Amino acid sequence: MEKLQKKSAELLQNKTVEMIIGYENGCNFNKIRASFISVPEMTNKLIFNEKCTQNLAVYLTKPEIKKMGKIAVVAPIFTMRTILALASENQISDENVLVLGFSQNNELLDFQTLNDVEKYLSQIEFPTLKEKMKLEELEKMTLEEREQFWKKELSKCVKCFACRAACPLCYCLRCAVESNQPQWVEVTSSPLGNFEWHILRAMHLAGRCTGCGNCATACPLNIPLDLLNSKMAKTMKEQFNFISGKSAKQESALSTFNNNDKENFIL
Amino acid sequence: MKEITKEKLEKFFNQIKTQKNIFAPVSQNEKTEFVKNPSFANINFDFIQTTQSAKHLVFPRIEKLFEYSSSKTETSLRDVDTNLFSEVVLFAAHPCDAAAFCVLNQVFTKDYVDEIFAARMEKLTIIGLACKNSDENCFCTSVNLSPDSRKNSDIFLIPLKNGNFAVEILTKKGENLVSQSENLFENFSNSDFLITSVEKKFELSKVTAKAGTFFENDFWKTNSLRCLGCGACAFVCPVCSCFDIQDKKCGKNGERVRCWDSCGFSLFTLHTSGHNPREIQSQRWRQRILHKFSYIPEQEISQSGCTGCGRCSRNCPVDMNLLEQLTELNK
Repeated sequence: MEKLQKKSAELLQNKTVEMIIGYENGCNFNKIRASFISVPEMTNKLIFNEKCTQNLAVYLTKPEIKKMGKIAVVAPIFTMRTILALASENQISDENVLVLGFSQNNELLDFQTLNDVEKYLSQIEFPTLKEKMKLEELEKMTLEEREQFWKKELSKCVKCFACRAACPLCYCLRCAVESNQPQWVEVTSSPLGNFEWHILRAMHLAGRCTGCGNCATACPLNIPLDLLNSKMAKTMKEQFNFISGKSAKQESALSTFNNNDKENFIL
Repeated sequence: MKEITKEKLEKFFNQIKTQKNIFAPVSQNEKTEFVKNPSFANINFDFIQTTQSAKHLVFPRIEKLFEYSSSKTETSLRDVDTNLFSEVVLFAAHPCDAAAFCVLNQVFTKDYVDEIFAARMEKLTIIGLACKNSDENCFCTSVNLSPDSRKNSDIFLIPLKNGNFAVEILTKKGENLVSQSENLFENFSNSDFLITSVEKKFELSKVTAKAGTFFENDFWKTNSLRCLGCGACAFVCPVCSCFDIQDKKCGKNGERVRCWDSCGFSLFTLHTSGHNPREIQSQRWRQRILHKFSYIPEQEISQSGCTGCGRCSRNCPVDMNLLEQLTELNK
């Protein structure tokens, strides 16, 4: 923590970055939240521990943050993966982001560029997701049981869009669900509208989601949305041997063609 | 004041259930929600607050306003028959939820009476329950309410040390509800009340006065950078009543519906021209607080736009804590 505070202060002092996005203690016991620090004197607020689960990469694509200049962001492994995925989609680059990475043992890592992040990630095994429910349990269900399961879960949805807002890869300034001419998706939180929305989101994140699980933690109604995305990630791995967030130069899985791609999913 | 034993309260509850829809707090998987016609045994009387408010009873997520169908030559409209709305009882709502209906009612009926809302409100009877427990997010006492405020309840229950409940019948609606069950109520035995205490954290008038002069202040920017712009706070709020009008079309038929919206969404104020008067999140966050603590009080609505239930703070994915910011404004 001391190392992080010291390094952050230096980065601000030297004007290497304009702002540090990290974690600070929240206002209530047990809560940790994002911290935006632009003066060296405030860097003593920064903390890091295993409770830092928000994916701070979500802020990097916001227009008001981008305007500020280069940002240093505190990044555990799941955030590093997201950062590489964002870079592969040309949303961020070394010019505007410096990664203050943390190892699984909560050690501050020394990265100068996204290339360094990539090198580091290639040497470690990605930690497995901590889903609220195991994907295997869902896969064991029959088609009817799964339908019932999702009907029950998704009917809770009030379309507050916390899942979308918390997702760093949902960075579109104008989401397809908000298009009203033509209206692709029902705006209301009716059962059909909810299904349309969540399936559309899962499909849009296929081969992109890096599995931080922030969609599920953000949901005020505890809908296990991460299951949809981890199922997609699993399919991408099995069908295309593709894992998102491995490299900033990775080509998008669903918009590239490879002669070896399996086509057995085409009916 | 009367008193009722838990056994007799169950009888009262079940009697209501045979005639009306009754919603009561039930806990499941770490969440408590108002559930329709639950079994009495499942009701949680010790809950701090439900995840979602009960506003959907009068302001549903989707409300059909009218239906239409069109042919080559004409379009016909059909109104909603409000007589078909069922009688609803909200059972064991805390004072912050009961009072919230005051604000909703004035928003929807003050200068123009929204008939559909008014009909739902007319058919709603509220049985309030004093709070036995509270947490660090509760601040009813700062917005002129209290854990045992009777405001807007038709019947009010207070948990007693002897396990019974003290009962106050406060309105005509309340009287009607107990009229068939009067034998269940006994005289009050002077047992002690079990009511939590909620510390007063700020002076409402001071916050309102300051909020009114605070429009162009960096406060909003510095305190809202982490806000993600989702609608979780607005959708769990018992008072937030912004809505969007949508058409649900199916060929030549369709219905016009009112559905929940939130001032936190970037599209909320986006004009057709492309101009957005609330372009960045800090302006939207400011709107949310000023609406509750400056604009609603200006309209002389008998309750501030916030009842201190704390739901927004409990459900915010990024710890945008309303109370923390109001305390800051109080300085």
